Amino acid sequence: MNQPQPSATAIFYKNLRWLRFVDRFGRKGQQIIEYIGGLAGLVAETATAAVSRPFYSAEVLHQMDELGVKSLSITGITALFTGMVLALQTAYSLEAFGGKMFIGRVVSLSLVRELGPVLTALMVGGRVGSGITAELGSMTVTEQVDALRAMAISPTRRLVVPRVIATVVMMPVLSAIADLLGILGGLLIAILELQMTVADYATSIWQQLQISDIGSGLAKTVFFGLEIAAIGSFNGLQVQGGAASVGRATTRTVVLASICILISDFFLTKLFLAL
Amino acid sequence: MSTTHVAETGGPGPATEPAVPVVEFKEVWKSYAGRDILAGVNLKIRRGEVMCILGPSGTGKSVTLRHINGLTMPDQGDVKVFGESVVGHSEAELAPVRRRVAMLFQGGALFDSMSVEQNIAFPIVEHTDYPPEKIAVIVAEKLTMVGLPGIQNKMPSELSGGMRKRVALARSIALEPDIILYDEPTTGLDPLSSEKIAQLIVDLNVRLQTTSVVVTHDIVAARTVADRLCFLHQGRFQFIGTFDEAARGGHPVLMEYFRSMGFPCGTGVFQAVKS
Repeated sequence: MNQPQPSATAIFYKNLRWLRFVDRFGRKGQQIIEYIGGLAGLVAETATAAVSRPFYSAEVLHQMDELGVKSLSITGITALFTGMVLALQTAYSLEAFGGKMFIGRVVSLSLVRELGPVLTALMVGGRVGSGITAELGSMTVTEQVDALRAMAISPTRRLVVPRVIATVVMMPVLSAIADLLGILGGLLIAILELQMTVADYATSIWQQLQISDIGSGLAKTVFFGLEIAAIGSFNGLQVQGGAASVGRATTRTVVLASICILISDFFLTKLFLAL
Repeated sequence: MSTTHVAETGGPGPATEPAVPVVEFKEVWKSYAGRDILAGVNLKIRRGEVMCILGPSGTGKSVTLRHINGLTMPDQGDVKVFGESVVGHSEAELAPVRRRVAMLFQGGALFDSMSVEQNIAFPIVEHTDYPPEKIAVIVAEKLTMVGLPGIQNKMPSELSGGMRKRVALARSIALEPDIILYDEPTTGLDPLSSEKIAQLIVDLNVRLQTTSVVVTHDIVAARTVADRLCFLHQGRFQFIGTFDEAARGGHPVLMEYFRSMGFPCGTGVFQAVKS
């Protein structure tokens, strides 16, 4: 039996669908490349502005308070309860193997090398990244950023540099505090639920934890801080339109910062393990 | 080509002096999303005059204004300010021009996080080494000039629309610029506040000996402030001349525009009144 030949019109529309798909794909690719290029440009401009006058040290201190100190509660609570859960889960999983003695070492290593920095970064990414985008975005739509440019003042220097420096400086501090609180959470569970002594828990940590573990964990947070502040600032300065655009940009920052933190964590972990 | 009527008389200053353009547009083209907003615009603005750019909403009046301080760059053509081209320069290279060209934005663009005093002091702190006492005196003086003495400690959120614009105007004149750009200075204000702002523009132009460029669709305000006006329509200046010439019937489209705003035109019913 002969199959009926598709008409010329049908072939045209079939190909047109493909062409549209390729077109959409190409446009999306172009947007992604333009975004990465713009972000890289902002980071380069920020780096240049950060090492040349004028310096806005008062603004940097203000941002360290706004972005860093005020994030302490959210990152602290996250770390404390993560440490408690880790202790419970470790005790439960390793009970048959006398796992109690490993609790200190599992909790401290997991927190210091991985969970402390990453969870802190995700929390700060949500709070600080979105805050930066919302603030700079609303400044952009109300022409305050243009007002700075019209006054011959660089928005990058005045707005972005202090936020990037503050986030990069405060991230290791927040992460170190989170590590301590997480380990303290583990200790609470060890004492109250598992009837361990402080000495047992501390010895377990002391035997395993190295300075390099702490160093690699804290070093990661410097990169995470840069990612959060740069993405937050770039998305804020790119806002066009009104309040709805600010909301969309804020959501984009949280999603993008979280993804970037998790992806870069993998590569940074590989890098630090290789060193 | 447009039927541009350039009135070389009617500006301020002795008639024997040659007109010196402080701002010059030469064949400026600008398009957004494939639509030509400016299509080969030519314009000369003379030192010391108040030039009004009139036209319906969305015709590119604000875009034209933003070309003068380099906030927007043309696709083609040249814009000269003080005889120097501002096209194709970086933000840093534009800084000297921008220090001499102030801009009043449509919504005022006051910095929300700063008090009135900090807002007005901001450009002075950024660009001079004046001691705080001297800056405080300048701020008080500028606030008096705009008719709002003693409100230094208020926040922008505590001010009415008209007050915000006047504070923004005080900030614009803080460094005593040579040119002031006004983007829709009376939009959104009640008639009384509009009249105050319009009168203020005239007063400041005389007292500070500045050149002013006012973008507006408010014909009442234009009548109060304009030495000359230009009418932007379909990407070109369809008329450039004095208010009297416009009122006598400068251009058919402009006459239609005047009539649509409730002004009888071409009948000699009203004359331009310059206080």
